[in-house]
Amino acid sequence: MMKRTGVPNREDIDSILPTAERLAQGPVAIVECFEKIPCNPCYTACQFDAIQEFEDINDRPIIDFAACTGCGLCISACPGLAIFVVDQTYSDTEAVVQIPYEFLPVPEVGEEVLALDRSGQVITKGRVVKVKETKKMNLTKVVSLAVPKELAIEVRFFRREKRHG
Amino acid sequence: MQTHEIAVIGAGPAGLSAAIAAAEFGARVTLIERNNKIGGQLIKQTHAFFGSEKQYASHRGIDIPPLLYQKLEDKSNVQILLETKVQGFYPDDGVLGLENKEAFFPLQAERIIVATGASEKTLAFVNNDLPGIYGAGAVQTLMNVHGVIPGKRVLMIGSGNIGLIVSYQLLQAGVQVASIIEAAPCIGGYLVHAAKLRRMGIPIRTSHTILSAQGAKEVERATICGLDESWKPVPGTEQEMDVDTICISVGLSPLAEILWQMGCEMKYVPALGGHVPVRDKQMQTSVAGVYVAGDVASVEEASSAMMEGRIAGLAAAESLGYGSEQLNVEKKDALEQLHSLRSGPVGEKIRSGMHNLMQEA
Amino acid sequence: MRIQEHPILSFPRGRKVKFTFNGQELEGYEGEPIAAALHAAGVRVLRYSPNLHRPRGFYCAIGNCSSCLMTVDGEPNVRVCIAELQEGMAVEIQKGKGELYANS
Repeated sequence: MMKRTGVPNREDIDSILPTAERLAQGPVAIVECFEKIPCNPCYTACQFDAIQEFEDINDRPIIDFAACTGCGLCISACPGLAIFVVDQTYSDTEAVVQIPYEFLPVPEVGEEVLALDRSGQVITKGRVVKVKETKKMNLTKVVSLAVPKELAIEVRFFRREKRHG
Repeated sequence: MQTHEIAVIGAGPAGLSAAIAAAEFGARVTLIERNNKIGGQLIKQTHAFFGSEKQYASHRGIDIPPLLYQKLEDKSNVQILLETKVQGFYPDDGVLGLENKEAFFPLQAERIIVATGASEKTLAFVNNDLPGIYGAGAVQTLMNVHGVIPGKRVLMIGSGNIGLIVSYQLLQAGVQVASIIEAAPCIGGYLVHAAKLRRMGIPIRTSHTILSAQGAKEVERATICGLDESWKPVPGTEQEMDVDTICISVGLSPLAEILWQMGCEMKYVPALGGHVPVRDKQMQTSVAGVYVAGDVASVEEASSAMMEGRIAGLAAAESLGYGSEQLNVEKKDALEQLHSLRSGPVGEKIRSGMHNLMQEA
Repeated sequence: MRIQEHPILSFPRGRKVKFTFNGQELEGYEGEPIAAALHAAGVRVLRYSPNLHRPRGFYCAIGNCSSCLMTVDGEPNVRVCIAELQEGMAVEIQKGKGELYANS
């Protein structure tokens, strides 16, 4: 139970995933927001009307996956850092996960990292393919990680392989 | 002695919002702040805020004081006194005593808005007074305002929003977080904050508490243990943690001394943070002309502090004759926003606290 | 223990100044709280309690709790978590309740 562990379970995740068909079409936002809290900047950030207008500020966001282009603007707008964009079409074997990142040092493109799941376990290796950092993102960087396709739904953080003293 | 129209005590989100609202409608406002800068707790909040656009959602807390200040700086009817402490209230004369750089002077105001915030509680456990044991807010101040890290490896006690947020900020500053422990069976703060930490590999141990801290002169170790359903320590579950810093994040208590001095009716409501002032929907206390807003009224969020500040500022201005149709519209809007913020599941505690407290206007 | 690089914040620091802690020369930045300068130099024990002589540091870091009281330039009971560091200050561990100025 997420209230005890802070980690969403299978049921929680399935409730917010787009369909396999949609995932196979291209980049799409996965909004891992499971709790009703007073918050709506994801709606304000979306330029494609892919997030439904909030009737009540405590509502959980409702995503129109058809309208979502996976542009990723919502990733840095979310105060909870709970939004990820997954692109299953990156290659035959790999998908790319866009992850919000607010730490130093910022990883470099091409760097290989350890990819972690929602409970902080290392589940695979990832490769940094892009690092986005614009004024509009207000210091929340977005790191794009290439990982084995079947793990794109699980990888939600990463760690450098080198351990610093 | 000059009589001021509205004295606002505290320039955090509540006080700033009160000053802005009152000044917008023409009242003359004196904003009094003990620190050498405005902003209150906002100046150390590096994370982005929740709420809605009107409540500066998605803005980092540290970026909000300049935005609020912009609404005050060109107003000739606003005076800001920094490094000025309100030392007390003299009921016989109806006068506040202020101190600035060891000079002491009186100030009389027709209306007073108390927005003094809250201070950190502590926790009883063996050796809880060792150097290296700090409130979570204290660690935030040290790290985010002064750029100094509190230690190398931290045990965080408390999984409310502050405990979770400060743990994340410690990691951003390059400090290790050994674990977060929480006495209750469930995580206290927002799940998104908890999720961020869990995916970084930081353990959150619910139903755990601290038994003792150890160290010759400073923290070197801590002993934690599990709790059963009756919140009693379970023998055999003791664990030693190798940490040099312990952060205590177990809640805040309103800094309400001035309200007691003024003779405001206070009520003990645990859900709101402890002893809080009885007040009406206009944020006026039982003493006519004295209003409250923010954490001193009830320990909540910056967004609700800003709304309460707005309501108090508008009500105080209205009572001095600055009322208008537009003021009524603004007040209604602020009341609606405040209600909205509290209406979801996470507002349950505040709502039950308010229910215990409210008296009719 | 000063943060040099931070993902969100930058720390504009004032002039570097020298001060003494129990006679030992240390360096800090003008205007920062004395407790921050001490902490940056690795000093976390700020005083000893009056009766049981227990080591104490700060707790709230904002001037509310009285845990951080030290003697500064001869003046006792200074809340070093908010008192600003100035060049040449003599900061001392206060044992017990402190004594007022010998010549005031």
